[in-house]
Amino acid sequence: MNVMMLLEMASQGFGDRVAFTNGDDSLTYQELFDAAGAAAAEIKKSGCDYVAMLDVSSLAMPVALFASAWAGVPYVPINYRLTGHEIKGLLARVEPCMLITESDRAKDFSGHDEVSVCTRDDFLATARNGDPLQEPWSMEQEDTGVLLFTSGTTGAPKAAVLRQKHLVSYILGSVEFMSAGEDDAALGCVPPYHIAGISAVISSVYSGRRMVQLPNFDAADWIALVNEEKITNAFVVPTMLARIVEAVADDPGMEMPSLKALAYGGGKMPLSVIERAMQLFPNADFTNAYGLTETSSTIAVLGPQDHRDAAASKDEAVRRRLVSVGRPLPGVEVEIRDEEGKPLPAGSRGEIYVRGEQVSGEYVGRGSLLDSAGWFPTRDAGSIDEEGFLFLEGRADDVIVRGGENMSPGEIEDLLLEHDAVADVAVVGVADEQWGEAVAAAIVLKDGHTGDIPALQAWVRDRMRSSRVPQLIEFWNELPYNETGKLLRREVKARLGS
Amino acid sequence: MAELKAGTRMKSAVCATEVMVIAAPAGSLDITCGGAAMVGSAEEAGGGSVDAAFAEGTLLGKRYVNQAGDLELLCVKPGDGSLALDGETLVLKEAKALPSSD
Repeated sequence: MNVMMLLEMASQGFGDRVAFTNGDDSLTYQELFDAAGAAAAEIKKSGCDYVAMLDVSSLAMPVALFASAWAGVPYVPINYRLTGHEIKGLLARVEPCMLITESDRAKDFSGHDEVSVCTRDDFLATARNGDPLQEPWSMEQEDTGVLLFTSGTTGAPKAAVLRQKHLVSYILGSVEFMSAGEDDAALGCVPPYHIAGISAVISSVYSGRRMVQLPNFDAADWIALVNEEKITNAFVVPTMLARIVEAVADDPGMEMPSLKALAYGGGKMPLSVIERAMQLFPNADFTNAYGLTETSSTIAVLGPQDHRDAAASKDEAVRRRLVSVGRPLPGVEVEIRDEEGKPLPAGSRGEIYVRGEQVSGEYVGRGSLLDSAGWFPTRDAGSIDEEGFLFLEGRADDVIVRGGENMSPGEIEDLLLEHDAVADVAVVGVADEQWGEAVAAAIVLKDGHTGDIPALQAWVRDRMRSSRVPQLIEFWNELPYNETGKLLRREVKARLGS
Repeated sequence: MAELKAGTRMKSAVCATEVMVIAAPAGSLDITCGGAAMVGSAEEAGGGSVDAAFAEGTLLGKRYVNQAGDLELLCVKPGDGSLALDGETLVLKEAKALPSSD
């Protein structure tokens, strides 16, 4: 298996369709296939063991992704928001490599023997004009396709290994070939070093859906591009959707008639944002996608009908599904287990385990974390309701242990978010002499509200066991999130604990 | 044909069809396209023509399955012959309707 086979199918089936658009430039599927072949020849010639991409989204990104697969060399996207020191640390783990980056950065890496630097423009120009690699790509399914450094919210980044079999299985299990209409267009604004940014590129190719790249997200630019390019499908992370909702709400005349489907994922979506978004875009199909780097992207989806059913329901248990991540994809199994690894019944909280062809669960230097039956412990905490809907409850490591009692920060956060004064909240455990850990909350207030600690404590005490009442509450202007909307709980914990 | 594993690519000996194995039962399998045994993608095709009894053709990107459901092939290049296992013509697997999530 090889993702190149998927691109070859696309180039045969609809080679003249535009595959990717960036500003005024574009590539058809046939042009992308030809460019991948020529770039693969360059990669082979360079003798590198890895292709690293340190850049925003550009046409060079899909070319490099497929060319690496053709050349049989892992593709390694690197987060361009990291510091120079961090980037060099990651590059040292993938030497010798070809590094594709923007021209401003290229000089930072020149003169280094093990890193052969190529600017984005040079890479693309060579790929567009060169001769293709004569050798066919390998169909060995164990070949490494992508090495992806995880975001490292809990320590040093780990390099997740995604083999060709994982990437191809994900696409074959979740996308129907040529299922997109000729006029369909997806807006890609997730960073290219994020698993969702990579899987979106391969999914678009296989479905035949043109992808328009937006390298730097800004709500106004996003809205303008939707209308200019008649975007039909888009994927956003929760913080992006929150900004789009704000921008649209501020401008009541604003319309995006072409937008048929809006998918989101990558972090916890606040109920208020998704409810508002559904009101503002009544004609759009909403899909919530949950996945991890280690699972080659999406493993569960809350589909459009699930959204509508939940929003329209008077039953609290059904309504609550609006904040669930839906049900597993076909071919993917999900279980909730306790600390001993024993499966738990519906409704119980525990750690989320996942199994399926697309699940890698492997890191460089650590091997596979899959158990003998193929299950991957995600370290995400969650529960599954009677109808099979999966709810996320934060990271398994985030569990607060107060006086021997385990509690999930998520349930306390959800309750506090229902309070009128609370716009955003993070609950963590902080060291406590008496209890081992104490419950602490950082709260962002809604405009026009003042912080009333006793009232907020009473709000929790009246609705939950008294052990859940935050002993410490601070009011902050904002909570720390990474750029894809993941709460940096470690930072909250450090600040509240100091 | 020897035992097949997921990911194996094969081509027709008598038409342009190429497939990738998505799932296959254990054991040696007699998989044909256009009535002739399929060969590995790197092998030389023997020549010959499509048997009229197996000439429905294959469609790019479609999956073909046997009645038992344990053999599944993905057409990666279309051709004039139809796929069969032990003489039983494989049928088109219905597409799933899944929301686009990325």
